[in-house]
Amino acid sequence: MIKNPLKNLGRLAIVLGVLAPFVPLVIWSFSFRWFFPAVLPTEWSLRPWLTVFAPQTRVWIATANSLWIGFGTTFLSILIGIPAGRALGLHQFKGKTVVEFLILAPTIVPALAAAFGIHIMFIRYGLADTRLGVILVHLIPVTPYTVLILSSVFANYNPDYEDQARSLGANPLQVWIYVTIPAILPGIMVAGLFAFIISWSQYILTLLIGGGQVLTLPVLLFSFATSGDSGLTAALSLVFIAPAVIFLLLTSRYLTGQNAALGGFGRV
Amino acid sequence: MLAPALIVIILLFGGGLLLALTQSFGFLPVIGLNEFSLAAYGQLFQDDVFLTSLGLTLWIAVASTGISTILALACALLLRRPFWGAGWVRFLFQLNIPIPHLVGAIGILLLFSQSGLFARLAYLAGLIRETGEFPALVYDPYAIGIILEYVWKTTCFTGVILLANLQTLGDNFEDVARTLGANSWQRLRFVTLPLLRPAVLSSSILVFAFTFGAFEVPFLLGQRFPSALPVLAYRKYVDSDLTSRPEAMAISIVIAILITFLVLLYMRLSKQAVKRV
Repeated sequence: MIKNPLKNLGRLAIVLGVLAPFVPLVIWSFSFRWFFPAVLPTEWSLRPWLTVFAPQTRVWIATANSLWIGFGTTFLSILIGIPAGRALGLHQFKGKTVVEFLILAPTIVPALAAAFGIHIMFIRYGLADTRLGVILVHLIPVTPYTVLILSSVFANYNPDYEDQARSLGANPLQVWIYVTIPAILPGIMVAGLFAFIISWSQYILTLLIGGGQVLTLPVLLFSFATSGDSGLTAALSLVFIAPAVIFLLLTSRYLTGQNAALGGFGRV
Repeated sequence: MLAPALIVIILLFGGGLLLALTQSFGFLPVIGLNEFSLAAYGQLFQDDVFLTSLGLTLWIAVASTGISTILALACALLLRRPFWGAGWVRFLFQLNIPIPHLVGAIGILLLFSQSGLFARLAYLAGLIRETGEFPALVYDPYAIGIILEYVWKTTCFTGVILLANLQTLGDNFEDVARTLGANSWQRLRFVTLPLLRPAVLSSSILVFAFTFGAFEVPFLLGQRFPSALPVLAYRKYVDSDLTSRPEAMAISIVIAILITFLVLLYMRLSKQAVKRV
């Protein structure tokens, strides 16, 4: 440790660099008056937090919508991801590379272009300005990740156990419930967390397809951020990242190399 | 079994792109545009606003990807060996991967704006006397605030991938090089870096594509003009003049084509570079 002062300085720089943007967020969320050039607020207060958690504000509506859309997107994308992940993880077939390429495409080409194009169809079929419409458009950036994670899970899965269950008289539903699902449950959890956090963070797709009618936390946070109330913006930012921190606590062991395959699927 | 996933990708994503393409050709019967033409594209490539925005977007993506990849390499090399507090530092290093870019952008704004925390510290140190003397690092012509946010977030993204790769690779290759008399620089240059190349390549592609096509950060931290292409496309899309719709579509199609082209080019060039080594 003392042998390498330069390396430790570098490590200290990493810690400070990662934490730096959170410092003003935390201070602002407890400030009442904080004018330039004061380095610390001249008046501390719980106002931002009390405002954020005040009953019957738009924050609660936005949180409810974000949760509804996040869980809806997660559920659908897992439902989509399990059969696709199984096909890609367990089987070789003609055109597999093409399918993989197609499924990866939304991680490279931004979904915004597709959302611009499809908006007109969503308006025609009554999906614009609805939570269902927002869920559908969130599936575009989410699906590649759930399929990829679940296919890597199925790549390490041994389907012979299903044969054993069948030979013991299990019907297809029982095979799924008692053999397949328990075996891939950790993978489903990770894929679900990824799906939820991607949906939770979406701003522009929600704004576009929700047409300002579907108020989610990022949409509200953006309007706070441009309104100039830094205290309120900071407090809501910290509320908004709570699921991300929980996500990290739950998945960090998957990202630190014990399961390196999943680390590669991290989101930019 | 693939059908549901392919329905999402082909119908929503592919169909959306196709509809954007037809609308970019000026085909929008709803508002009485019934003919196909390349007018929107012609206008774009004569438009200084578009061309400047294109240049700015390329600058943002190249600078963010380059800086964050180099920093990520340094971070991964610093964090790979055991040291006091390694677990905590590695945990913190992953912290901002799931943090939404929007929050990162707000943090950068509160740090680097002319009345932000760093400006206040500069005042305390006697470097500036008023807010205007602090260099404009957000809403600035060089998109420094945007690049700072992308570097902050994507360094950790790439770094975690490289760290996972280093841990999987282990020390064996470097130990062999050491027994053959390679010094630490030679081990890094001729053993570790070549082994990391595939991971560096794939993660930097993702970072480049993301920073080229992302909306939130330039929308919050960028100048009004020139703005990043996705922001320009959105402004044209929500313009009350419906005839600017085809232009919005054309910009988003240009973004999609350019990203695909640049990613393919990048993969090709780096494959050649691998062969040369």
